[in-house]
Amino acid sequence: MSNTRQADAHGRWRAPIVFLLIAALFMLEGTTRNALFSGSWNSALAILNMGLISAVMALGVNMQWGYAGLFNTGVVGFLALGALGPVLVSTAPVQGAWSAGGLRVLLALAVGLGTLALATQVWKRVKAPLSFILIPLVLLVGCVLYRFLFDPAVMAIEANNSASAGNIGGLGLPVLLSWPVGALFAAAAAWGVGKVALGLRSDYLAIATLGIGEIIVAVLRNEEWLARGVKNMSGIPRPVPYELDLQNNAGFVAKAAAWGMDPATASAIWVKLLYAGLFGTVLLGLILLAELALKSPWGRMMRAIRDNETAAAAMGKNIKGRHLQIFVIGSAVIGLAGAMMVTLDGLLSPGGFNPLRYTFLVWVMVIVGGSGNNWGSVLGAVLIWFLWIKAEVWGPELMNLVTMPLPEGALRQHLLDSAPHMRFVAMGLTLLLVLRFAPRGLVPEK
Amino acid sequence: MAEPYLSASAMRGGYGKADILNGCTLTVDQGQIAVIVGPNGAGKSTAMKAVFGMLNLREGAVKLGGEDITRLTPQERVHKGMGFVPQTHNIFPTMTVEENLEMGAFIRTDDYRETIEQVYHLFPAVADKRKQNAGELSGGQRQQVAVGRALMTKPRLLMLDEPTAGVSPIVMDELFDRIIEVARTGISILMVEQNARQALEIADIGYVLVQGANRYTDSGKALMADPEVRRTFLGG
Amino acid sequence: MDFLNALVAILNFVVIPAAAYGAQLALGALGVTLIYGILRFSNFAHGDTMAFGTGLVILVTWGLQALGISLGPLPVALLALPIGIALCSAFVLGTDRVVYRFYRKKKSDSIIMVMASVGVMFVMNGLTRLLIGVDEIRFDDGARFLISVQDFKAWTGLTEGLALRLSQALTLVVTALCCWALFRFLNKSRSGKAMRAYADNEDLALLSGIDPERIVRLTWIIATALAVTAGTLYGLDKSFKAFNYFQILLPIFAAAIVGGLGSPIGAVAGGFIVAFSEVAVTYPWKKIATYLGFQPEGLLQLLSTEYKFAVSFVILIVVLLFRPTGLFRGKAY
Ligand SMILES: Nc1ncnc2c1ncn2[C@@H]1O[C@H](COP(=O)(O)OP(=O)(O)OP(=O)(O)O)[C@@H](O)[C@H]1O
Ligand SMILES: [Mg+2]
Repeated sequence: MSNTRQADAHGRWRAPIVFLLIAALFMLEGTTRNALFSGSWNSALAILNMGLISAVMALGVNMQWGYAGLFNTGVVGFLALGALGPVLVSTAPVQGAWSAGGLRVLLALAVGLGTLALATQVWKRVKAPLSFILIPLVLLVGCVLYRFLFDPAVMAIEANNSASAGNIGGLGLPVLLSWPVGALFAAAAAWGVGKVALGLRSDYLAIATLGIGEIIVAVLRNEEWLARGVKNMSGIPRPVPYELDLQNNAGFVAKAAAWGMDPATASAIWVKLLYAGLFGTVLLGLILLAELALKSPWGRMMRAIRDNETAAAAMGKNIKGRHLQIFVIGSAVIGLAGAMMVTLDGLLSPGGFNPLRYTFLVWVMVIVGGSGNNWGSVLGAVLIWFLWIKAEVWGPELMNLVTMPLPEGALRQHLLDSAPHMRFVAMGLTLLLVLRFAPRGLVPEK
Repeated sequence: MAEPYLSASAMRGGYGKADILNGCTLTVDQGQIAVIVGPNGAGKSTAMKAVFGMLNLREGAVKLGGEDITRLTPQERVHKGMGFVPQTHNIFPTMTVEENLEMGAFIRTDDYRETIEQVYHLFPAVADKRKQNAGELSGGQRQQVAVGRALMTKPRLLMLDEPTAGVSPIVMDELFDRIIEVARTGISILMVEQNARQALEIADIGYVLVQGANRYTDSGKALMADPEVRRTFLGG
Repeated sequence: MDFLNALVAILNFVVIPAAAYGAQLALGALGVTLIYGILRFSNFAHGDTMAFGTGLVILVTWGLQALGISLGPLPVALLALPIGIALCSAFVLGTDRVVYRFYRKKKSDSIIMVMASVGVMFVMNGLTRLLIGVDEIRFDDGARFLISVQDFKAWTGLTEGLALRLSQALTLVVTALCCWALFRFLNKSRSGKAMRAYADNEDLALLSGIDPERIVRLTWIIATALAVTAGTLYGLDKSFKAFNYFQILLPIFAAAIVGGLGSPIGAVAGGFIVAFSEVAVTYPWKKIATYLGFQPEGLLQLLSTEYKFAVSFVILIVVLLFRPTGLFRGKAY
């Protein structure tokens, strides 16, 4: 008995200890300059900001995995959809794009969705032999009509000022407004996938989401009318001031001087601090909502379902429906993180959406942090993100140290060159070790 | 009196913390048919698993032919001459009848074709279906395949958990006849049965199990004659 | 004459490439389906097993080439393949020993095994990068073509040419041999039957005296051999690039699920279904339509090649919607 109480007391201190550890790492990064740390607050804050965004992603994944045991391997796709939010809502409108074919594209998309909906209805309402003819017919007609509307419109949009634009352009609305829109995009895709793949064995969702993730990223890379594809979409507006404006602001320069900082550094740090405040607020708000939800009857039911699906089903709970809910909500949170990410970067660059980096690294964060525990996955996210970034520096340093005794030559050079790849091995090993020896993570669920 | 061929004494154990078996004792002599009956959830299947080593016993011992086998794995017990037909999932559904029997003989290194023929002789109904997938057979035929599979190792002790579950009365009578036939060849039989009357009729010894413990133990005839047993367990 | 030209074009641009690709997918899907049948989880590390094994094969190939060994018209990689399989199998057996066995003994949820396979995927991905880098590598030597376009045109006098690359022919022959050997093994040999028995009913297999660990080891070795073969053939046919092997995971899973997870014959069928759909949907049919006397306006390409993974995905979704057990009744729940 006393043992368990001790364990509980132990558990209570875990989150603060991990928090202190992370804080110490950031302090070192900000203040100490040596082979391991850069000694620059600018760099420390840059890592922190992306760490906070990673924490939002981890929160979304944790809702799906920790609350419901759903394995989403398409995180990168939902992230990319979310990133589309700021591009379509907040970037400046492109002159002539809408008149070139905007409505026609919308119409085409409506026809596409309508075709699918109609086919579904036919499948549900019409009996077997007739539907075998009707469904392909509906799909064929819909497809032809869609291409008829879509192709010329896209061609016209992409021809419009193709050097600097060639895309449909945004609505020029405030960027913060676009975040929920990004979340909405991700939620809509999640609903579609979840509708099909939930309710079957759990591996199927993993495989289906792997597919949707790859497809969404492919769409972003190739549909230039949408967000300029691999030409990248820059000029996403900021919710915080630009560094240059600050440097030209006499009041700011004076304040910086009072702190003993040069204006360039001060402005960079101030902007990053503002971002950190913004992201931190969103993160705390989400955690608050998530914790409240978890403690509500709805959350209790979710956990009851997760812990014993058979019993919950026997009690007449609609498991598939609940799983769909949580899958959509979690994906929306991931989409929100995507919108935040492009806002931070000021740039949408689909070439960089790599599943290893965005899907599976987020999974490592959640598992290491403690699946099922919101605080755990947030702390895990910031910690793992810090290590992931620093490992890029530490890996070669370590390799340098290890290969010191080797003679100069091809082998040593090869090892030194490939040191950055060690990150993948290290992350894989971390995942495996935590899964095996501490399956409940750094901060276990209560 | 000579020691019985199988003697499982004072078994205590279960799946988790709670014990399902509370000092259950089962013995079977050479060539005897022993039948276990009892209400649902009494622990009959659990007792069978315990005898076969699929359950960790906290107390008690299992002896076969005088040798203590309490610590042996199920596979090792197969080598010692035990065969087991579980209550459910007792065939390989996507393999043919013949392959099912071959898998029964997996541990044998000698020529087992003769044993296959013997099984076919015992169950002519499945002999006709030897190239068909076992999963496509009727319930009764599946049970026959399951028993046949267990017979392939030429066991000295055959353990059957409700071999007549889901089988029509006619096939059931026939299955009982076959079991008697098997016992005549000197194989000991330990069997759980839901059809208590018919089973006790052919039983040399019967056990009534309630909550993991022996409630009544006697010859089959005597149990049938006991008014108390009749009233509570045989439905009048 | 134009009809013949159309036929040749279909053969050249659709049937031959799709058949080769389908064979590669089939070999990959066989591995996934075997692991699923025996170990009961979807192995996300399968694509990276292919990449890692192919990386090993390439290294051995280079070694053999440095020794001046040549197989004449055939690629030296064929000689390196068994060595690559052996090395890769040893590694995979190692991962089973230190990773999967623990969860198997604990009878963990299959999703935990999937998660563990993601960890293994990371490790193998990193090792492949360490081993051979991320760049595109061509490692085919020997003859390029069995039938070249010029020869074909000269023989037949058709305007449309047909090429059969050696790597494509090799893929088909090797795949046929692998499938023949595998099905013979599964249906005729004692170990193969034991594997099927274990896949069918684990507990009963145990009661029959089948050693589960041996079955599991055998499964890993066979699946790895198939994966490395598939990976090497794919690399010979196209080129080796580590990331492509991660991406091929989706069509492989789609193939295995279309056929029915756990069903070997289904995996083979699924591989060809996915490959033919993918090629047919992304091929511009304009040329063939023109031969047949139509004057199409567009390219008649249903989907641009960038979206070829969407084809696997749609097939996957359709199967999940209408027949989750797949064509050959695998296990869906
Ligand atoms: N694998 C298991 N894990 C945990 N508990 C189990 C397991 N199998 C059975 N039990 C429990 O053990 C008890 C006895 O079950 P058992 O199967 O032995 O009953 P039985 O007498 O064979 O009943 P029946 O006549 O219905 O076959 C039951 O309460 C059951 O819930
Ligand atoms: Mg029972």
